[in-house]
Amino acid sequence: MSWAQSAFPWIGHVVANYNYWIVIVLMMTGFYVLISRGNLIKKLVGLNVFQTSVFLMYITMGKITGGTAPILGSHGEPVPGVLYSNPLPHVLILTAIVVGVATTSVGLALAVRIKEAYGTVEEDEINALDAEADS
Amino acid sequence: MTQHLPVLQVVIPLVLAPLCVLVRHPRAAWALAALGSLCAFGIALDIVSTVLASGPLSYDVGDWAPPWGIEYRIDAVNAWILVIVSLVSTAVVFFARASVEREVEASRVALFYAAYLLCLSGLLGIAATGDVFNVFVFLEISSLSAYALIALGQDRRALAAAFRYLIMGSVGATFIVIGIGLMYATTGTLNMADLADRLPGVWHVRTIKVAYGFLAVGCFLKLALFPLHLWLPNAYTFAPSAVTAFMAATATKVAVYMLLRFFFTIFGAAFSFDVMNLDMVLMPLAVAAIFSMSFVAILQTNVKRLLAYSSVAQIGYMILGISFASVTGLTAAVLHLFNHALMKGALFMALGCVAYRIGSVHIDAMAGLGKRMPATMAAFVVGGLSLVGVPLTVGFVSKWYLILAALERGWWPLAVIVLITSVMALAYVWRVIEAAYFREFPGDRETREAPAALLVPTWALVVLNVYFGIDATRTVGVAERAAEILMGAAP
Repeated sequence: MSWAQSAFPWIGHVVANYNYWIVIVLMMTGFYVLISRGNLIKKLVGLNVFQTSVFLMYITMGKITGGTAPILGSHGEPVPGVLYSNPLPHVLILTAIVVGVATTSVGLALAVRIKEAYGTVEEDEINALDAEADS
Repeated sequence: MTQHLPVLQVVIPLVLAPLCVLVRHPRAAWALAALGSLCAFGIALDIVSTVLASGPLSYDVGDWAPPWGIEYRIDAVNAWILVIVSLVSTAVVFFARASVEREVEASRVALFYAAYLLCLSGLLGIAATGDVFNVFVFLEISSLSAYALIALGQDRRALAAAFRYLIMGSVGATFIVIGIGLMYATTGTLNMADLADRLPGVWHVRTIKVAYGFLAVGCFLKLALFPLHLWLPNAYTFAPSAVTAFMAATATKVAVYMLLRFFFTIFGAAFSFDVMNLDMVLMPLAVAAIFSMSFVAILQTNVKRLLAYSSVAQIGYMILGISFASVTGLTAAVLHLFNHALMKGALFMALGCVAYRIGSVHIDAMAGLGKRMPATMAAFVVGGLSLVGVPLTVGFVSKWYLILAALERGWWPLAVIVLITSVMALAYVWRVIEAAYFREFPGDRETREAPAALLVPTWALVVLNVYFGIDATRTVGVAERAAEILMGAAP
């Protein structure tokens, strides 16, 4: 691999930060699906992928190599020689996951109601029906 | 007890919301919503007088000391936002009793008030908190309940509008979380005051600039800055009348507050304007919003949609005020936050009265209503004049400060733009007035004045429009104080 690293110095950078690259790829994939698809369910799937990438970003930044859960010693003091990971980003993202689930469920509920009212979940057909109603 | 007021005003509506679902009875749920709004309003008035008299309040949630615990920090800026949100909420909740009974199915009324209280709690939470991640959580509480409220509209297009708002709103909120995450990765803190201390040391880091960009786009989506306003017109048009009045007067205002907090308190005016050149982004967008949306508003035939486009234009005035990067400009922006809430609240409530009686807010359906519903249409006229910026109304005070700020900078073309677009506002308000007063009522329908239950809250806001238009010393005083705090000129 050394020849590769000397020929393409960015590879080492990419490999060392591969989590962040996955975040970027997922984020852009989700965002693209969300914009390009007309099906409301697919839009929600795109939104989910987009949000999940952010969860990964938070989780990644809370993890350090060799770090462990921050459990203190029996008298509430840090255990010597143990490297702790910051738990806060993980806790934050638990909240964000709950928010994401809530958003998805509200979105799906709306999609069901739209299907009942319009008979379709395709955005272009909904727009056509609305345009008919306006004219 | 009194030291818990900052958190109580967020918690009371939050606790009352599930009670609404449990009691199920429409009137009982309404009473709970009214109680929540009144408590929040009373507390907000108390807080604003405390803050103006003796400086910022700080409250540690759960007694965990900041910067580790969540801090609620209230200075003149957010005390003012709390007053705006809770004042409008109180007026709307009294309006909603009759209006919602007419527009929402009886089985859903209790759920309506639960969502309403959650939305109120979320908006108050965004304003009260001093922790950036908490801002995101409250933002989602208010947004999710807003999607549900909008979807309760009678027309099926309300559903499609709510879905579109959900997609765009969630993208906006996710952008804000990304920005917050990048700030946290660089500084290791989420407390606003702590961030403000640490950020100047890392201004040069690219991550911070990227975070700034994500936060900017997220806030722009939430406050419906042109051209990211696409979710707004349909959402406002097809939502139940009470929801439109509430959302138009509060949700975008709180998003503007969020922008002010992020860019002035946390990053600081120096970083925003000297490093990131925020004014170069805001000013063209604001001018484009004011011009294009005022023009589009003139072409509308549904009056609710007309006012929705006008709202996007009015948001442009606030953003224009911010882009001046001066105390006078910010005073104009903060002043217009309050004044626009008063005028749009009054206008959408007047339209709610019209919808209550004739079931439509189409401009042709409103022909001749000036004689049939004189009090309602008079309220609309005063609100409309305020929107145009006629002296003796609050709209004049906002525009006056906006023009002062433009001239102070020597940018007279912007002052001219404000004047020209005021004439455009007159054009779209006039179309409604012309239909209501100078056309014949189309005949035999038995149309009477709206009931007092709707008129009293509407006129309460109309009277405030005139009162604060004549005696603006109090509102201008608070706005100036807030502007000085944001520019870093006062603690």
